[in-house]
Amino acid sequence: MLTESEPHYRQPLRKTPFHERARALSQLDSFIPWSGYTTVDVFTSVEQEYFAIRNAASLYDLTPMVKYRVAGPDALRFLNRLMTRDMRKLTPGKVAYTVWCNDEGHLIDDGTVFCLAPHEYRVCTAEWQLDWFRASAIGFDVELREITEEVAALAVQGPTSCRLLRLAGVAGIERLKPFEHGGFELAADPAAARAAVPIMVSRTGFTGDLGYELWMQPQDAEAVWDALMEVGRTRAVRPIGSRALNIARIEAGFILPKADFVSAEHTLYLGTERSPLELGLAWLVDFHKGHFTGRRALLEEQRRGPRRLLVGLDVEGTKPAHNALLYTERSGRREAGSVTSATWSPTCKRNLALALVDASCSATGSEVWADIYLNRELVWERRMVRARVVERPFFAPTRRRATPPADY
Amino acid sequence: MSPARGSTYDCIVVGGGHNGLVCATYLARGGRSVLLLEAAEQLGGAAVTREFAPGFSVSACAHLLHLMPAALRRELDLARHGLTLAGDDVPSTALDTDGRHLTFGPRDLGGLRARAQADADSYAAWQAQLQRLAGALHPVLSTTPPRLGNASWRDRATLLGLGLGVRRLGRSDMRELLRIGAMCVHDLLEEHFDLPLLKGALALDAVLGSNLGPRSPGTVMSLLYRAAATRGAEVLQQPRGGLGALSAALAGAARAAGVEIRTGAAVARISVREDRATGVVLATGEEIAAGTVVSNADPKTTFLKLLGSEHLDAGFVRRVAQLRARGVAAKVHLALERLPEFPGLGAAALRGRLLVAPSSDYIERAYNHSKYGEFSTAPMLEVTVPSMADAGLAPPGAHVMSVIVQYAPHTITGGWDAQRERFTAAVIDTLAAYAPGLRASIRASELLTPADIEQQFRISGGHWHHAELALDQFFMVRPVAGAAQYHAPVRGVFLCGAGCHPGGGVMGLAGRNAARQVLREAA
Repeated sequence: MLTESEPHYRQPLRKTPFHERARALSQLDSFIPWSGYTTVDVFTSVEQEYFAIRNAASLYDLTPMVKYRVAGPDALRFLNRLMTRDMRKLTPGKVAYTVWCNDEGHLIDDGTVFCLAPHEYRVCTAEWQLDWFRASAIGFDVELREITEEVAALAVQGPTSCRLLRLAGVAGIERLKPFEHGGFELAADPAAARAAVPIMVSRTGFTGDLGYELWMQPQDAEAVWDALMEVGRTRAVRPIGSRALNIARIEAGFILPKADFVSAEHTLYLGTERSPLELGLAWLVDFHKGHFTGRRALLEEQRRGPRRLLVGLDVEGTKPAHNALLYTERSGRREAGSVTSATWSPTCKRNLALALVDASCSATGSEVWADIYLNRELVWERRMVRARVVERPFFAPTRRRATPPADY
Repeated sequence: MSPARGSTYDCIVVGGGHNGLVCATYLARGGRSVLLLEAAEQLGGAAVTREFAPGFSVSACAHLLHLMPAALRRELDLARHGLTLAGDDVPSTALDTDGRHLTFGPRDLGGLRARAQADADSYAAWQAQLQRLAGALHPVLSTTPPRLGNASWRDRATLLGLGLGVRRLGRSDMRELLRIGAMCVHDLLEEHFDLPLLKGALALDAVLGSNLGPRSPGTVMSLLYRAAATRGAEVLQQPRGGLGALSAALAGAARAAGVEIRTGAAVARISVREDRATGVVLATGEEIAAGTVVSNADPKTTFLKLLGSEHLDAGFVRRVAQLRARGVAAKVHLALERLPEFPGLGAAALRGRLLVAPSSDYIERAYNHSKYGEFSTAPMLEVTVPSMADAGLAPPGAHVMSVIVQYAPHTITGGWDAQRERFTAAVIDTLAAYAPGLRASIRASELLTPADIEQQFRISGGHWHHAELALDQFFMVRPVAGAAQYHAPVRGVFLCGAGCHPGGGVMGLAGRNAARQVLREAA
């Protein structure tokens, strides 16, 4: 735990409530820092963990996700002015994925908003937002509080995730539709202090697959983990680290801060900020809902047309185009943009990338050339490889939206 | 141009302070149908004359007129609308506890010469330079501040013009302007003068109305700013009937131009539809439609109360909320049974202003207390006895004394209710050191703290300039970036008060500049 007496630079990374369980199963001891916590990068092997997401079920500790409680008479007005989406459509029991911008229409972060009650919301973000949220709260009767440490969170994702939760006694979970949340109970080990653990479950996730996110009190975290690992013992359930999740999220076409964009609050160089229109998130921007921060700048950008766009690329060959510069022609004379995220997709059997390209090469079917550097047994080679702009998401199985989900 | 469909007026001006009246007049002269709404029953905002004791009247805030450019007064034809002067080019006298008072001015060096020959020479040179610098800066005050990094030809031309104006000063003056522009006035005065009494009097002009002490950076700028309004040829004037008479003349000019004026009409909010002003809603619930709404209210009131955060971007709102606007100037009014006697002071000097600022350090010490929510028992004072030249302000034989007191913190430790009497007593004690018989002649007194000014004149923080006049809130960033060209981010909403460039004092240029911008944009 943090102690006030220690200066911040001497404080160790915090441990999530799942840490002891994760540590016991980690074969590589490969931990990485995430928002002040230490979390698992890889448990055993990235491939095995990835296939648990796509072929069975996976457990991913997302406690470090920054969480805020937003409550008060003006909570809805506050959120509607902060977020680019129409928050008035968000009713209790619903979740919305949204982004928020600064005055210049540059993206600050993306996240999910949970409507818990008419005047009470939870906002989950990738990075800390209290400063911006407080600035946004001037003039609104709203209470803001960070609750990251008060809520443990575990993602249960994969085609058998619904089945797994039912086996763990989460009654009625099959009726939960995408972007809904609700209160449930999970049956813990009968020997445990409490047989039924109260949890909040949302049908949300970062894998583009069937999946759920479980929100609970920190003291219940180990009981939930144990119960799911126990019923999943014979069902190929695995805890996964961030590396495996990253492959799945690229397949799903989701963007990641610090990979596909840098928050406008953190950029140091002019011109490295990104707008939601550039990132292909125009569908999240509602110009008709009333004013929101960045609206005037985004309207102007829409009028001008964005200069560059984030697109999905299908790259020839099998070598991921990590950090590749893109060109309009094979000769490499004119730059067309650069790759922000890349992976070989084991499920699609395609070489995928997310890339920021000039608007002129952003239409589906456009062709660009990726300059890929390869290390073959310590010998560096350079390949100019053809890449085609394709629709996102790359992978979107119907099971992700089916309600009730298939009963594996 | 005809009013938008469904509205009677093209423009609504919110607030009938002097800038609101000036703005409304120019808008009406520009062919707009204009309605001016004032919350109080009396027009003029803080530039009003009020009876504070039976038979005794006084200008509520500023008591002398010196910043309003002659050209503006001519344009508005204020003389025809009833403005007359009770006192013109009145002298300034720095009071000295030993009775060796110093009456001086740019055109009156005799007293200073007799006291300190070297300072008199320096003062003449100082005045000449101030006049040259003020001449170069004068056009800045009448200019809509340009935006930087903007492709607009007007903004580029403005920047070029300002640059040329400064360049024409020549190498030596330009270098001096750059050197002293951000300095504190205390250091600059130390360079030029020896006599503490003179330095105190000059420092007073640099900090009057500002939450700054003589050692605060940017106080040379506020001195230059004051000089720029009149091209360095400042003349102190006392309108007959007080500053309220000026407001009455401005209202006359407005009505003559066709402005419709309603008093006792408090605006609750500016209504907005689809990011455009559609009119205003009064506190009574009455809605009045207009496509253009010009606010004479201070920036915090305009943006945070009348418009509301909901219609503005969060970063912009944060800048407005952080705007420094904490007044430190209080007003004490004394109803006197007879003319106060200042030993060593002639009757002519009593027709001007008396300055209690015996040294720059004296002012700085008075300022120190206010930083911590306290007041000094040795305050800086600017005193006038307006009834000397304008007998109508007091009963026969009696007199009115009007005192600007610094520094009175807006928020005082223990609360103003608990401190009012002590504060007034400290002011009277300070005056009594120069006019021993004063206390016995006081029939009534009135104290207006910044908190009172905030409440009575609806000015956030009770700051005379609506927003501190400092380098970080000046010109292209006044009141804040994103609203420095008189228009708010919401289309059809404009600012015309002292919170805009060129700022406060009874000057009127903000109102005229704003009107020109409105006419240009909606043309």
